[in-house]
Amino acid sequence: MAEKTATAPLAQLTSEMTALKERFGDAIQPAEYEGIVVANDKLLQVAQAIRDDLGYDYLSSLTGVDYFDKGYFETVYHACSIARGGGPLVFKARTPRDVAEIPSVVSIWRSAEFQEREAYDMFGIRYTGHPDLRRILTWEGFAGYPLRKDWKEPYYEQDHKPFDSRWPGGHHVPAEDRAQFHDNVTVSPETFNVESFTPEAEQLLYSGIVPVPGGNGHGMHTDSVVVNLGPQHPSTHGVFRLVVRLSGETVEDLRPVMGYLHRNHEKIGERNTFIQNMPFTDRLDYMCSMSNNFGYALAVEKLMNIKPPERAEYIRIIMAELTRVMNHLAFCGFLLNEMGAFFTPFIYAFEERELILDLFEMASGSRMMCNYFRFGGVARDVSDEFVQRLSHLVFERLSHKTDEMENLITTNEIVRSRAVGVAVLPRADAISLGAAGPLLRASGVPYDLRKADPYSIYDRFDFDIVTGTNGDVYDRYLVRIGEIRQSIRILKQALEQLPAGEIQTGKKAYQARVPAGQAYGRVEGPKGELGFYVVSDGSPNPYRYHVRATSFINLGSLTTMARGGKLADAIIGLGSIDTTMGEVDR
Amino acid sequence: MSGKQQVPHELEDNVAVTPWAKLLDPLTPIYNWGRKYSMWPMGFGLACCAIEMMATAAGRFDLSRFGMELMRPSPRQADLMIVSGTVTKKMIPQIVRLYNQMPEPKYVIAMGACATSGGPFKEGYTVVSGVDRFIPVDVYIPGCPPRPEALLQGFLKLFEKIEGQKISTAPWYTKKEFPAIPVPLLGPDLIDLRQVAEKPREQSEAPAVPTTN
Repeated sequence: MAEKTATAPLAQLTSEMTALKERFGDAIQPAEYEGIVVANDKLLQVAQAIRDDLGYDYLSSLTGVDYFDKGYFETVYHACSIARGGGPLVFKARTPRDVAEIPSVVSIWRSAEFQEREAYDMFGIRYTGHPDLRRILTWEGFAGYPLRKDWKEPYYEQDHKPFDSRWPGGHHVPAEDRAQFHDNVTVSPETFNVESFTPEAEQLLYSGIVPVPGGNGHGMHTDSVVVNLGPQHPSTHGVFRLVVRLSGETVEDLRPVMGYLHRNHEKIGERNTFIQNMPFTDRLDYMCSMSNNFGYALAVEKLMNIKPPERAEYIRIIMAELTRVMNHLAFCGFLLNEMGAFFTPFIYAFEERELILDLFEMASGSRMMCNYFRFGGVARDVSDEFVQRLSHLVFERLSHKTDEMENLITTNEIVRSRAVGVAVLPRADAISLGAAGPLLRASGVPYDLRKADPYSIYDRFDFDIVTGTNGDVYDRYLVRIGEIRQSIRILKQALEQLPAGEIQTGKKAYQARVPAGQAYGRVEGPKGELGFYVVSDGSPNPYRYHVRATSFINLGSLTTMARGGKLADAIIGLGSIDTTMGEVDR
Repeated sequence: MSGKQQVPHELEDNVAVTPWAKLLDPLTPIYNWGRKYSMWPMGFGLACCAIEMMATAAGRFDLSRFGMELMRPSPRQADLMIVSGTVTKKMIPQIVRLYNQMPEPKYVIAMGACATSGGPFKEGYTVVSGVDRFIPVDVYIPGCPPRPEALLQGFLKLFEKIEGQKISTAPWYTKKEFPAIPVPLLGPDLIDLRQVAEKPREQSEAPAVPTTN
């Protein structure tokens, strides 16, 4: 690693970066591969200049990387411009491993709040000035910082797959037998002293949200109460917990608590080879596995500098748009579930979902976990029967079914009274909080990566960006219905233009040769911007593999939405964000 | 329940005594038939498998054919817990509490590879290697995620198990106590209280995790 990175090329500075360098002098240095390194003492000023003077008002991704051999942690920022679109501006901040302190940029981009907490949780980098620096995916008191390179999980075998113990010729030893305590734990229960143990997680959480005594304004003494919803609650999407401070039925404050489905995606991803990560991406946002595949494939293809052939590009677009239709239809079902229309709209939504899943199964062999994309193409070609059935779905069935759904919901009196003006997210907040996808567009921001920073072959298709005006639950619903119609439009064009030919660049291979470098690949998934930040050191495994999870960052806007509203509206607000816990917690 | 011991021998010689088992066992098929077609699952989704569970409940696969469409949001009203997805260390205390709160007779299905053994995420540092390390499981369903047909097959297997149970020997009608499973602690790592060395345990357990809801 050391030799390889010693010769790593320094990034070519863009004109904007050069302007920053002229202004801030030595505080800015070109980084390896891409972006600039900003000195910690000038970080906040530079970040302010990047946001205000250069117009990068949207912090898309923030993550840590542990450069163990070089002795420092790095925080990588990807900032984008909503108005201009285009690629992100990459800047980095470094801190020695034993110091591990970087100024927090929450005061500049509020979307950094959760992401800095995550980097703190995983790397132990303390972001000074962060308002609420607690662990987010693991729990307070968890031993160690899992994504540090010198931290080993209980079932640790080797740094990289394929593990020697799993060679077919060798013998297999169960993970439990290899582990120190014969279980997936790092602490032996036998030596653990229960008596002297005090759990600190809950106290820290509640200390930020303590009930305040007060009056109701009519001379009556009232107290606000702290209520826990979840992690097992019928109206939270999956295993998710809300801690709310209520005054009567009005939400005064709200803290999302997550990590109940933290499956160590990124740690496992560093052990895996590049191609082995593809099936794991399916399980991120398990409602839309094809879009996840797409984002990861794009990131690695950027590193490998290859492009898929024409037919594969079209197949990819078809799969991604089908996923969007499916996700948005299911969203309508879930949203109405949240409003109390239990299960009936959901059954309507799943009817179409089953038909789309049939197509996925036909192409990839699996209903939900498709594992269909490959670097430089797709896994299998689609058959004529697939095209035939898809044509029927696209040209005859889907738009008709969307009308049916709209007839049921859009003008429904109850839906309107529950959704109009509820859980409003103002435009400025949406941008600052890093909201993405339909959530951002419903607040009146026409930002769609398919147009703003076109990837794959989206620039060939004719479609519109659907936006809302009020940023309430009803607009979010309308935006999604509009996007279903736009997706059908794209699908029609893609079907008409679908060329014959190869589906894979180069030969099929078990191992992808990925040159050293860093890449950030992103797609406009059904839930919003889904990014993959991949660092390769030239070995068969990624050095760092980070997912910019849409749902995770979108959840950051829940507090803003719910404050001042009723508790029942906070639930609908959560439903209207459209989160998948697999993606939130990874 | 076992009537024989309670009857004195002389009485038994002179009077025809029907033991409880003989009385109740003819009713068993009806009893089990009623139970198995009104098996209410808890509406409890953990991860990806929960989506397939919902797909099973939706139109095409139609769970209501088996009398199971009534997903209860409360553990107190549920007979069956479908552990549908990856069990993490942060979630297992809640799962154990939910299991403790369910009334007898209760059944558990481990749906999918993760709930069975940790699955693809087994090597992860916060993943529990199978829910059966903490709560007893009746049926394991392989798959990642299992198809709805596989889930239905799992239900049918559970029905077979139910058919094999008898009123006269059912443990939930005996005086046997069902001790609650101690809720694991989240310390520096997950602490299984059953494995903690036998020291004064009762006092220290109580303040950490309240067992009532």
